[in-house]
Amino acid sequence: MQAGIVSYGAYVPRYRITPAEIGRVWGTDGEAVGQGLGVRRKSVPAPDEDTITISTEALRTALVRGGIDPQQIGAVYVGSESHPYAVKPTATVVAQAVGATPNMTAADFEFACKAGTAAIQACLGLVGAGMIRYGIAIGTDTSQGAPGDALEYSASAGGAAFVIGTEHVIARVERTLSYTTDTPDFWRREGQRYPSHGGRFTGEPAYFRHVTECARRLFEASGTSPKDYAHVVFHQPNGKFPQRVGRQLGFSEEQMRYGLVTPSIGNTYSGAALIGLANVLDHAGPGERVLLIGYGSGAGSDAFDLETTEELASFDRNHGLPVQHYLDHGVEIPYAVYAKFRGKIHMGGS
Amino acid sequence: MSVARFWRETPRRYNLAGSRCAVCGNVYFPPRAVCPSCPHHRQSIEKMLPFQLSGAGEVISYTIVHEAAEGFEMQVPYVLALVKTVEGPVLTGQVVDIEPAEVGIGLKVRATFRKLREEGKAGVIHYGYKFSPVVEEELGRRPAGPRASVPSPTGGHEQARA
Amino acid sequence: MREVAVLGVGQTKFGELWDRSFREIGIEAGLGALVDAKLSSADLGALYLGNMASGSLIDQEHIAPLILDYAGLAGRHLPGVRVEGGDASGGLALHQGYLAVASGLYDYVVVGGAEKLTDVSDEAATQIAASTADHEWEVVFGATLPALWALVARRHMHLHGTLREELAAVSVHAHEMGSKNPNAHYRNRLSIEQVLHAPPIAEPLGMLDCAPFSDGAAAVVLGPLEEAKRHTDTPIRIAASQVACDTMALQHRDDLTSVASTVRAARAAFARARRAPKDVRVVEVHDAYSISALVALEDLGLCEKGAAGKAYASGSFGLDGPLTVNPSGGLKAQGRPFGAVGVAQVVEIVRQLRGEAKDRQVPDASLGLCHDLGGTGATAVVHLLERAG
Repeated sequence: MQAGIVSYGAYVPRYRITPAEIGRVWGTDGEAVGQGLGVRRKSVPAPDEDTITISTEALRTALVRGGIDPQQIGAVYVGSESHPYAVKPTATVVAQAVGATPNMTAADFEFACKAGTAAIQACLGLVGAGMIRYGIAIGTDTSQGAPGDALEYSASAGGAAFVIGTEHVIARVERTLSYTTDTPDFWRREGQRYPSHGGRFTGEPAYFRHVTECARRLFEASGTSPKDYAHVVFHQPNGKFPQRVGRQLGFSEEQMRYGLVTPSIGNTYSGAALIGLANVLDHAGPGERVLLIGYGSGAGSDAFDLETTEELASFDRNHGLPVQHYLDHGVEIPYAVYAKFRGKIHMGGS
Repeated sequence: MSVARFWRETPRRYNLAGSRCAVCGNVYFPPRAVCPSCPHHRQSIEKMLPFQLSGAGEVISYTIVHEAAEGFEMQVPYVLALVKTVEGPVLTGQVVDIEPAEVGIGLKVRATFRKLREEGKAGVIHYGYKFSPVVEEELGRRPAGPRASVPSPTGGHEQARA
Repeated sequence: MREVAVLGVGQTKFGELWDRSFREIGIEAGLGALVDAKLSSADLGALYLGNMASGSLIDQEHIAPLILDYAGLAGRHLPGVRVEGGDASGGLALHQGYLAVASGLYDYVVVGGAEKLTDVSDEAATQIAASTADHEWEVVFGATLPALWALVARRHMHLHGTLREELAAVSVHAHEMGSKNPNAHYRNRLSIEQVLHAPPIAEPLGMLDCAPFSDGAAAVVLGPLEEAKRHTDTPIRIAASQVACDTMALQHRDDLTSVASTVRAARAAFARARRAPKDVRVVEVHDAYSISALVALEDLGLCEKGAAGKAYASGSFGLDGPLTVNPSGGLKAQGRPFGAVGVAQVVEIVRQLRGEAKDRQVPDASLGLCHDLGGTGATAVVHLLERAG
């Protein structure tokens, strides 16, 4: 029995802010910044949302779509760099909120933007070894860039949850492999509110090198080339990087079409590639091959060679909202409201 | 609020775990130890079985709160509603992800999972149900909401009937 | 059971009494009632003190002996009992005092109600008011007491066609009455426009639909009716004292626009007194919010369901009658010191029945009703008071 994706769900908060609006506050041409990044709008979580609530919404959708009995879940792993607690797992709250506790294991993963794909690999291992029936892998973030920093134009909120198992698999994982080095392109020190980054150093030696090397190794191991894939999904810190790396590797716009969601919702960090994958699964038919390559700063890439199955034809993906809904909808808010929602306003008193 | 006080209610607040009287069939939320509907209340003792609400319902009354309850100050104006669930019980909760002016009696909603409040910057975070409108794309489909089944004392899993 | 009469009444001014402490106002009201009843403290059997939240408001529990002590009565070792029933604490204390005298256990008791709200912030007072609702299943989810009453209001408007302007008329009426009451927290008159344009609190309710947070105390002396003529020319008989409870949370009520505890207590009171709603000439209802007054008048049987708003709007609850509502100004204008309210209502009705209400005197009042309510109606207390002989 081959392990793979049994079900999935995505969730993106309702609010949006445009680069133009952010630029207006900082005295820069935000629209030009947005065009440079390939980001039209980014999502903003409501004051009562965090990675725990986003994870729960996405996972509840996934469980209903797959008809999964939560008591059959053996592991819940939540990958994020914006866990609400520094100490106390996101995963236990999420597991409790979907009724999966107590006969299971849970943990939070952190690897910048690829903690979610790392969680999928961990689940594949447990499921493949027959240790658990279903494993839950979630990638989600409510990340923040420092006010005025380039990151502020893209750092957004959202997540996707995947049920990994061996029964009624809608997308088989034919192969997964990773490429990992010590590359300090982006980091956040303990206790610091906002991340720091190496500017253009985040490009060639970091994102492009890892994604490209990981993809090449996967093609080599699987004996495939870009033309074998109906869809490709890259980590997408902005709208430009994934398109550029896709072209470099030899993928067409059509192959990248559904996997690219950042232009509409911003960079959801650990959620980015996984929401892209959810969008691909929303549109894919049975028997389509999908390449997923995540990237996390620090740095590493996880590549997945997936193929959708006949199960996808009868899969109840109508339940919950499709990713397209989140790409098309949203309520734009001004910077002042965004600043209030994100706790950027210094409040007096106790 | 002490950590334990909120924690002990999490099955209800997270998963809408209510109870159903095995004698008369009425559903209650929060769960009750004694059935208020049975003519002989004592008959129902130990017959109030776990029963989970689906979270689907409709607004039967609502208000737009401008002077917030403690811990809700950052959310004003917020919508507080009475939601009649499809299983019968009425719940008090916020309606989120909607413009206050768009809320009305009869609005179809589903339970969502949100932060209720934080015990300050360093304290524990409380989570629980709120409601969000069922968007057009979802209408006509099965209502979403928490679906997790609740283990019953008999070892079975009773599902909401929605 | 003995017949019980109100022999004396006392009350402080209601409002923001910045320079006065809880114990000072409690003693002023109690001693005032004793003097009015021509009784000395040596005649007293017990104190029943209605108070909702002294622990939260002034960090002081155990307040009945505190008041007895500072009234100079510690050496007499009288029994003192604090009674709590949310903001119906005052009415509930009166019920306990009534039972004590009716049973023959004590001959004379003081029933007091006192609350000191202004020693906490408005935000804290709002939270304390909300503690009369169900904390675990209403307040935790963002409910305040005005928000819960707003849910009642919205439903009342939906089902019974009540208009926003009719709600506003409740406050306009209250302030008109309060303008004639020297003890009232607010003595200014209001217009409908002012109420409609006040800042919103919980829509449809605005700031001027909500009673203020006030300090204040009130007290009455109860005794056996057969002894009453020795103390007063116009003894007021307690014709009925009834308490009823209902679900703690609004969400568990079958009908959101009716408070079943009020209905039940009123029916029992009228049955006990062998009187009917039409016999009531003057009433003090618990108008913590404008909608509360409408629901109360309907549940007490004094108005048809859905008719109270229209009656307010047409100005028919004034002093001329046939029914006068809240001549004191009610909670909205006279003030809302939670636990004192139920006792102050009785003080007002006694003054009306005695003919001592001066500018706000209701002519020819012989039967009056007091309606005290806790939270959204988990506790209701109804007293019928009648001029005796």
